[in-house]
Amino acid sequence: MSGATSDVATRADHFSLERDMIRLCDIDEIPEGEGVRFPGPGPVAVFRAGDEVFVLDDACSHQGASLSDGYLEGCWVECPLHEAFFSLHTGEPSGPPAKRPVRTYTAMVADGVVWADLEQAAAAHVDTVTRDAQRGVA
Amino acid sequence: MRTIAVVGASVAGTRAARSLRDAGFDGRLVLVGDDDRTPYDRPPLSKGFLAGTQDEADLALLDTDDEAELALELRLGVRVERLDAHAGRLRLADAREIAADGVVVATGGRPRLLPGGEGVEGVHVLRTLDDAVALRAAVAGSSPRVVVVGAGFLGAEVASTCRGMGLGVTLLDASALPLAPLLGERIARSCAALHAAHGTDVRHGRAVARLHTAASGRGTHVTGVELDDGTVLPADVVVTGVGIVPNTEWLEGSGLRLRDGVHTDAGMVTDLPAVVAVGDVARYRGAGGTRRHEHWTSAGEQAAVAATNLLAGHTAAAFRPSGYFWSDQYGRTLQLAGHPRTEDRVEIVDGDPDDRFTARYTDATGTTTAVFGLGSPRAFGRLRRTELGRAGAVRATQPA
Repeated sequence: MSGATSDVATRADHFSLERDMIRLCDIDEIPEGEGVRFPGPGPVAVFRAGDEVFVLDDACSHQGASLSDGYLEGCWVECPLHEAFFSLHTGEPSGPPAKRPVRTYTAMVADGVVWADLEQAAAAHVDTVTRDAQRGVA
Repeated sequence: MRTIAVVGASVAGTRAARSLRDAGFDGRLVLVGDDDRTPYDRPPLSKGFLAGTQDEADLALLDTDDEAELALELRLGVRVERLDAHAGRLRLADAREIAADGVVVATGGRPRLLPGGEGVEGVHVLRTLDDAVALRAAVAGSSPRVVVVGAGFLGAEVASTCRGMGLGVTLLDASALPLAPLLGERIARSCAALHAAHGTDVRHGRAVARLHTAASGRGTHVTGVELDDGTVLPADVVVTGVGIVPNTEWLEGSGLRLRDGVHTDAGMVTDLPAVVAVGDVARYRGAGGTRRHEHWTSAGEQAAVAATNLLAGHTAAAFRPSGYFWSDQYGRTLQLAGHPRTEDRVEIVDGDPDDRFTARYTDATGTTTAVFGLGSPRAFGRLRRTELGRAGAVRATQPA
């Protein structure tokens, strides 16, 4: 692990320059199965499911509750107030009361650090990038 | 079944329509509502909409995509006057008829009024969007003094929203400790303390003796509320939230049992298998008797069960209420799940009962009956799952 550390960190720095990725937190700061909220002009929620991280808009598209307070079930997060479920992969709701998706963002873990591109909503989920980055072969 | 008419276009009715389609009904689906507004969600009416941070568009229960996807035939702004269940006909107030071989009763209720308040300017109720528009205009004026009658969840939210707008608010309730019959004394005290801590003048155990009014223009305007101890509270706006009367008059003569709601079995099916009832109007048979649930979440839960049973032609599924509801007051969310009883033991699980906390209700055998949270949605969610179990909820809501 230690041998690859500096290598991965360098690559993460490279990402931050090339792809406007910003450092959100260490992965250990996110309790397994729960979310952490990052304030800002558009607050985001970061979730950890196993080794994967997911970054979504924090405000539920239904009535604006903070999704980071929600509960993870597999690859879904349940809004803490009104029980709408959103896919961590796509941000799509599973059904009422939410009708609109929440935005998802490209995220990755490198050397235990969670990075995300908050400028652009993700076109598709990048769990493969996440896993590869953790192996240091991205 | 070829045609199903859903009568009532609020959350219970729209969710019933969706559930019918989800359950495979591909016939004609008519949604009738007496409100002429596009179907809207009520919870924000006492919160964001009243405060002016949410607009009508934010409340929509159906958008044009939903209408097309559900192939809904909407008949809004028209009341159903009569159900002839045997002939399979609904008669509308505009003298038209709808032939239907299945009916979902979702007509909700109307607010109980304050005696002497009818036609008095400044006296409000809050049920419909029109009510909310009128109340919003009244409280947006030049710092009106607000008196809220009834400290249930609706009254508590109106008081909270008006305080948030910087208005002077008095919250009245006839009982010594509002919400105690529902939440037990321990938790009800915390809820009452929340009002006091935010500068709402709380008056418990006091009934309204009469309203004081003055002539204004062509009519009269409220000037104060006199309590049963002779105190007069000056008021420019009076809001009553003292419960609802279920809207069942249109069902008289239909053969359905009507007594404080439409009676159903445990599966939301009335005495006629082709008629089901959901939402505030439905009085279903549960453990220990019949009851109505006036909560947003149960409307959706009931809709799914009712749709299944209506299509099956018999009671194939029973309503198993989660008992979940929430209320937003003074920037905090109150949440409850399960079915607390007043004799249950209440234990604070974490947090500070004078601030933010979660609590567990247990019966004499030590079994958890309910969980409660105030200002702690994350801890509440965790506690709800560990104590009441909720795994698999997503599978219940996720279309295959």
